[in-house]
Amino acid sequence: MDRPPLKVEVVAADRQVWAGDVVTVIARTTEGDIGILPGHEPLMAALIPCVVDIITSDGRSETLAVDGGFISVAQNHVWILSQKAIMGEEVTLDLAYREMAELRSLGDKENLTGEQTHHMNILDAQIRAGEKVQNEQPA
Amino acid sequence: MASSLRELRERRRSVSTTKKITRAMELIAASRIIKAQQAARSAMPYTRALTHAVSALATHARVDHPLLEDRQPARRSAMLLITGDRGLAGAYSTNVIKAAEQLHATLVKEEGQECVQYITGTKGVSYFDFRQRHVEQSWTGFSDAPLYSNAKDISDVLIERFLRPFEEGGVDQIHVVSTRFVSMLTQQAVAVRLLPLVVEDSEEAPVNGEVIPFYTFEPNAAMVLDQLLPMYVANRIYTALLQSSASELASRQRAMKSATDNAQDLIERLTREANQARQAEITQEISEIVGGAAALSESAGNE
Repeated sequence: MDRPPLKVEVVAADRQVWAGDVVTVIARTTEGDIGILPGHEPLMAALIPCVVDIITSDGRSETLAVDGGFISVAQNHVWILSQKAIMGEEVTLDLAYREMAELRSLGDKENLTGEQTHHMNILDAQIRAGEKVQNEQPA
Repeated sequence: MASSLRELRERRRSVSTTKKITRAMELIAASRIIKAQQAARSAMPYTRALTHAVSALATHARVDHPLLEDRQPARRSAMLLITGDRGLAGAYSTNVIKAAEQLHATLVKEEGQECVQYITGTKGVSYFDFRQRHVEQSWTGFSDAPLYSNAKDISDVLIERFLRPFEEGGVDQIHVVSTRFVSMLTQQAVAVRLLPLVVEDSEEAPVNGEVIPFYTFEPNAAMVLDQLLPMYVANRIYTALLQSSASELASRQRAMKSATDNAQDLIERLTREANQARQAEITQEISEIVGGAAALSESAGNE
């Protein structure tokens, strides 16, 4: 690829979670999954709680969980802003499983409040990010 | 004379205990300030990116959003007052409360609005409780090290209130009174309007000679704005909380430093007085002995 790599910054409200040079970013907007390659047109999109997959320019893959927020692409620079963002490695799976089970026990999706559903989506994203990292490690 | 010497020594002892305490508080505040500044620094990238995005959005797409709507004339305002949880911080809480009272007076007397109070920090709460003034809601317990979740809670409440129609108790404006951390020596109590948001057209863009890129919005500008603005509001509150906590600590450090200095002065003065009293006592004893001996020898000579 002859284009320079993307500069990506993943920023949570109280800290910078991740930053680096990247060849692909995949995130989920309200409209569906979006993949961003170097040279992408300027874009601003609203995200939903999801797993963000990043492939860095030295070939490593990073996985993060975000709780919504938005992604902005401009001049080969990608910002992912989310109030809470967490690296896949940092997810404590046990805790996430437990909270998820608690929420599930409350009832079906219809019975939950909007906030609880949102929380469930966040946990889901965290669990998927955490599991992905865990599966990659032994290999 | 002897009793006053004992009193002086006792006072000196108690002052030196006080000095130990104030000195410890000074050091604690000094070390926490570094943490508070670090927290403020690590929140900077988010603030910068968010501000950039909001101004880009505002310059490009002229969209209306309930949070941007300026309702004139404003009939009811909410005020968020950010104070400290603990005292012994000099004039920190007093200053910010004074600024709040000024704003309150302007809103109520000059503009004829109703004013609803929201407060963070025990000091502000007790000030209002003592005067038996109604506080709509208060949050306490995090003035030293505020978390983003604290700011989020507050902003959720405030946004809900702002979006509620006036007839059901909604407010037309929201003001925040907090303390701005200018430097270790200067902190300023400021009142700013939080809502409706005033979005400045980006001032940073011309710096690099860049034009703000023509963004595509997905799904559309209004939806992105909908996602962005609440984040922006929460971030503004978070920044205010962080600045206030840094200000509180700086203020406490300064207050405790001067308390320590005063205690030291007092100790020196008391030591001097005690020495003087002791010396006076000795002098008196000597003169009594000499006087007594003289009297004895005189009486012996007379016989």
